Amino acid sequence: MKKVYAKPKSLKDAPFHYCPGCGHSIIHRLIAEVIDELGIRDKVIGIPPAGCAVLAYNYFDVDMCESAHGRGCAVGTGFKRAQPDKIIFTYQGDGDMAAIGTAETLHAANRGECITSIFVNNAVYGMTGGQMAPTTMLGQKTTTSPMGRRPDVEGYPLMITDIIATLKGAAFVARHSLATPAKILAAKRSIKKAFEVQMAGLGYSLVECLSPCPTNWKVTPVEAFKLLETRMEREFPIGVLKDVTKKPKG
Amino acid sequence: MKGTNALGEAAVQAGCRCYFGYPITPQNELTEYMAKRMAEVGGVFVQGESETASINMVLGAAASGVRAMTSSSSPGISLKQEGISFIAADELPAVIVNIMRGGPGLGNIAPSQGDYYQATRGGGHGDYRTPVFAPASVQELYDLTMHAFDVADIYRTPVLILGDGMLGQIMEPIVLNKKNKVKLPPKDYVLDGAKGRPSRIIRSLILDTREMEAHNWKLKRKYDLMRKELPLWEEFMTDDAKLVVVAYGTAARIAKGAVKRSRKEGLAVGLLRPMTLWPFPDEAIKSVAKNARLFLVFEMNTGQMVDDVRLVLEDSSKCVFYGRPGGEVPSPMEISRIIGRYWVQKEL
Repeated sequence: MKKVYAKPKSLKDAPFHYCPGCGHSIIHRLIAEVIDELGIRDKVIGIPPAGCAVLAYNYFDVDMCESAHGRGCAVGTGFKRAQPDKIIFTYQGDGDMAAIGTAETLHAANRGECITSIFVNNAVYGMTGGQMAPTTMLGQKTTTSPMGRRPDVEGYPLMITDIIATLKGAAFVARHSLATPAKILAAKRSIKKAFEVQMAGLGYSLVECLSPCPTNWKVTPVEAFKLLETRMEREFPIGVLKDVTKKPKG
Repeated sequence: MKGTNALGEAAVQAGCRCYFGYPITPQNELTEYMAKRMAEVGGVFVQGESETASINMVLGAAASGVRAMTSSSSPGISLKQEGISFIAADELPAVIVNIMRGGPGLGNIAPSQGDYYQATRGGGHGDYRTPVFAPASVQELYDLTMHAFDVADIYRTPVLILGDGMLGQIMEPIVLNKKNKVKLPPKDYVLDGAKGRPSRIIRSLILDTREMEAHNWKLKRKYDLMRKELPLWEEFMTDDAKLVVVAYGTAARIAKGAVKRSRKEGLAVGLLRPMTLWPFPDEAIKSVAKNARLFLVFEMNTGQMVDDVRLVLEDSSKCVFYGRPGGEVPSPMEISRIIGRYWVQKEL
């Protein structure tokens, strides 16, 4: 019998600790599949964040270096500059990427560091128990915005991916959603493209994944996936924001 | 050679090939020197967007197995503490230079020794220590920087070099000593892609309390070994000294001048100069304390190292303090006047 589907080699044989319906395990798998398909497992160094995915190093079967909260792109810069032939990815949540680590992210992108960031946006701080994130949507209730996010008090959701797309050092920038199998496959295509852009030395690449957090959204997993389409994708439009390989010649 | 340049050149000669830093006075010449030299030797120079970013770049380079360094001055070193704590927890080698300035806050850019506590008590959060070297001349900036890179590799630890704006700015003739031949442990922690070996993890998160406790004790055993093997100090005319001045760095240069003056006046005075601030040269203090009747600790702050001297002496009546904080640099004459005053007061 022909084997058509298997666990990626770049994932260890360890059960995920993530909550039921969480998007992290899907995104882990997509990254691992891409690493396998590109045949780069022995060249990859992954940098997990502080947050729910801090234990990502227990799941990826590649070299992994933990980073302090928000410093992934700085640590990644150190790795890439010291070992330009290696392939570096950071795995970062919304707080990591767009609050505490905004400076590190923005400047690594602006320097055109040839690293890839996978940005998991679930509009809430997961591990600490559902506090407001920089990407929390207007009106969205969290434990630290109990009245719902108000623009005059808590400000607006930060569109970090859109900001990065404006930077000359960024070569590939995309936003995807995990709402449906088709959208998940589109996310995978972009993750692959992001790694390829890095390998071609074109600059910084970023793939944002809108991801469900049923636990802190206080809904069922099925409802959470629906909310991705009905709420998050409206706030954060999906698609490829920048792709330097698609530039017209001349 | 200028102090900052000697330090930078020592780093280059020690094989440092990655430098990350953010401009801050009074150490900009070092950053600029590294920008030029890293380009010449095919190394990496990145001006980070902040001190925080720079120290985390050091972490990435150190985990790559490359000798890496960053430098800053007091306020910038505060920002680096997060990264230093992680580097200590991850047991990675790195060299961090602090050319101290007056503080707290922005303070000023004059020579000061206000960061002794921060440097010798770990500095960042958590239960760790970092070796701290305190050069007092341009030659020592060169020699101790080379040594610092070996120490970092041998013990897999962040190492601090503590200087001040005066040391960084002065020019003195030096001998460009050759690199020591030291046997270094294998770098079996390096993340360079899991080729032909199982994948590796570098992490500081240890959720299991027993595992965390074991890691803390493991670090402690390493620090105990450092306490035994690393202390360095200089003694000047301590053999028959009744009063011994304890000072480091720029303060020790001034103190040496003061001791010479006091000797001319016929007072049996000596100088004990710690060259490592952590581990502190406890044994040297104990040994000198057998004959000395009074220790005068002189620092360019309001009194920090004096605590370590008192801890060793276990008799605070044998120890007095004189300090000039705020970037004030006293003359040898001022210190010899203080020596004279205590000589009379304590009936030495």
